[in-house]
Amino acid sequence: MSERILFRGGRVLDPATGVDRVADLLVDNGRIAALDATADGARVIDARGCVVAPGFIDLHTHLREPGLEYKEDIESGTRAAARGGFTTVCAMPNTEPAMDNRSIIEHVLRDAGTRARVRVLPIGAVSRGRAGKELAELGDLAAAGCIAFSDDGAPVWDATLMRRALEYASAFGLPVIDHCEDPSLTGDGVMNEGWVSTRLGLRGVPAAAEEAAVARDIALAETTGAHVHIAHVSTRGAVDAVRRAKARGVRVTAEVTPHHLTLTDETVAFGALGGTELVYDTNARVNPPLRSRADVDACVGALADGTIDCIATDHAPHAVTEKLCEFDEAACGISGLETAFGLCMRVVHERRLPLETLIERLTGGPARVLALGSRVPGIGTLAVDAPADVVVLDPDAEWTVDAARFASKGKNTPLAGARLKGAVVATVAAGRVAHESEVAVG
Amino acid sequence: MTSVRATEARAAEAPPFATGSSDSVAWQRRHLLDLDDFTVDELELVMQTADTMKEVLSREVPRVPALRGTTILTLFYENSTRTRSSFELAGKVLGADVINIAASSSSVAKGESLVDTVKTLQAVGADVIIMRHSRSGAPYLAARVVESSIINAGDGLHAHPTQALLDLHTMRASFGSVRGRKVVIVGDALHSRVARSNLWSLTALGAEVTLCAPPTLIPRGLDAGEGTLPPVHVDTDLDRAIEGADVVMALRMQLERMNGGFVPGMREYSRMYQVNASRLARAKPGALVLHPGPMNEGVEISHEVAHGLQSHVEEQVANGVAVRMAVLWLVTQHGRRRAATETE
Ligand SMILES: [Zn+2]
Repeated sequence: MSERILFRGGRVLDPATGVDRVADLLVDNGRIAALDATADGARVIDARGCVVAPGFIDLHTHLREPGLEYKEDIESGTRAAARGGFTTVCAMPNTEPAMDNRSIIEHVLRDAGTRARVRVLPIGAVSRGRAGKELAELGDLAAAGCIAFSDDGAPVWDATLMRRALEYASAFGLPVIDHCEDPSLTGDGVMNEGWVSTRLGLRGVPAAAEEAAVARDIALAETTGAHVHIAHVSTRGAVDAVRRAKARGVRVTAEVTPHHLTLTDETVAFGALGGTELVYDTNARVNPPLRSRADVDACVGALADGTIDCIATDHAPHAVTEKLCEFDEAACGISGLETAFGLCMRVVHERRLPLETLIERLTGGPARVLALGSRVPGIGTLAVDAPADVVVLDPDAEWTVDAARFASKGKNTPLAGARLKGAVVATVAAGRVAHESEVAVG
Repeated sequence: MTSVRATEARAAEAPPFATGSSDSVAWQRRHLLDLDDFTVDELELVMQTADTMKEVLSREVPRVPALRGTTILTLFYENSTRTRSSFELAGKVLGADVINIAASSSSVAKGESLVDTVKTLQAVGADVIIMRHSRSGAPYLAARVVESSIINAGDGLHAHPTQALLDLHTMRASFGSVRGRKVVIVGDALHSRVARSNLWSLTALGAEVTLCAPPTLIPRGLDAGEGTLPPVHVDTDLDRAIEGADVVMALRMQLERMNGGFVPGMREYSRMYQVNASRLARAKPGALVLHPGPMNEGVEISHEVAHGLQSHVEEQVANGVAVRMAVLWLVTQHGRRRAATETE
């Protein structure tokens, strides 16, 4: 049941409506009811000293259901989302079987309806079985409620298939989200190519593997006039290509993950806590790989100037045994929902990104990329009558990452033991308290 | 563990050979994973200990009971008869029990994880596990999950520290300090753990190292600067690079690299990068020729150079045993001191 909740005394920060001031915010009946409200009998969440913002939207979440529930399921994944301040997650279709037909999408939505803590919006596969050969029934998938198409986990490697997908999907006003990677350049690579890969004797993935694919997708978007969304941009060259394409009016959007915004390939060698001993941290193995400092800086700049539209977690939970092995054998991915805000806040505390921009890239930004407002009016804003998706943030609260306490089944984070400054105090999704910090923050 | 008690009992005994200055330099390592963080003093200590071991090997009966009661397991996921037998002999000369685990015939082949395997080996009493693995970093994983000493006998493309130590020992036996000496490493540095480990030890001791290979076989990021990789020169022209060299080290050129498109073929590669007599004539007179073996004669090294007067390849093999004895002695010393302090 949705509740009547008053967020008292917080700094209400809503980039979409331009509101930024201390106020009391009332939600009622699953909707944003009023600003500057008083309300007797409402549940009160004390937000003094905190920021009250729209709930975050994650365009890139691997919920692993159906078929890979040993890694994550809808219940655990959306609980993790709520702990991370996310009130909407877009579920990637690289499940088993793949989310490539209407009945699976309906199954996921039904399941989400009973077990999800937050809103789940499904992304349909581009190709049947994500095999990259023939188009999935995109029309059926759209009708079933998919908000985009992607073969993520793998690129849409065949350029003609990508072209057809972009054209066909445009009939439904939906974009194709591409994991940009030229597999012939990746080869056996397992981490970013550079001095760190040389130091570790691990095979490198050149930045060009991503940049070549981004360039191709931009050319196809330009050719077709369709909308392509570049998943998890990670290199300076990819960012530059997106910036140039946007400048000439190509319908391209892009996301960046919290880890590509903050961590470099040195994390693989020495761990996120630093040090001089080699650790070969399999929890830092991710695709695209963590890149160089110059790439990280370029991503921060592009997020600040709007070249990159939004932050998406690429939350990729895995079982312990899939990471407790040789680096070459380790699964790719980071369990990222619960550390996303604290990690991104590093960039804010370093004064390289205003807090207002960070919030925008977690709320209005992703909503705009997928035009989610046409489906869920008011999503990503605190406008009156918008969904009662609200997050309470303490930008200065420091905490230590303890993967054992993650709600996600995926404990795979390179940040274990790291100190983060910036915490999610409470999350209200559709008028229900989905998460309340169990520790006193401050 | 019984082996720890045996170690304690021995702690008071003097070793049956001169230990040199090993008491004056603190040896803190339980494992030998790479040489990337070795100090000059540590490298010196290994070299001096290896000299002592050479004396042991020259005895009429080259056997000492220094590591009696110590259990050494070799765990080779890649076949290498020469490296494995070198370690095996080193352990046996020191009186240790050496057991070879054939990774292909054990439960490893049935998909048992590396972590489970090394934990099992620890449980059956391994004091030292000597590990060869095709994956870079595998010994680091092993070292995190067991108490046994892990000695890296080669991991993927990453490191082969005992090979670099025996190379160093061979150079020093020839001309003393390597400081200021010009060492040219020729061949597939991109895929060479031998080259990587040698870079660390040689540059730490002040040698001038040049990597010479076609650009496709030069690792990336060598110019990343201070605090990243050891300082090294890169030259794609062997005739130029070999000029005035004190040491020429040829690396094995694997056939699959040819097929993998790193170079167009064996013929062109050997024409451009083979260490042969006419090229060697451009090096310093009497320059050492080294090769980690096994050699592809006629590819990276000509037959006459491989077996010529300047070749020290056989000496490398002999020094390998002494250096590995030194390493086994030093890493077990760590356990010994620890056992002694725990009982105090
Ligand atoms: Zn992806």
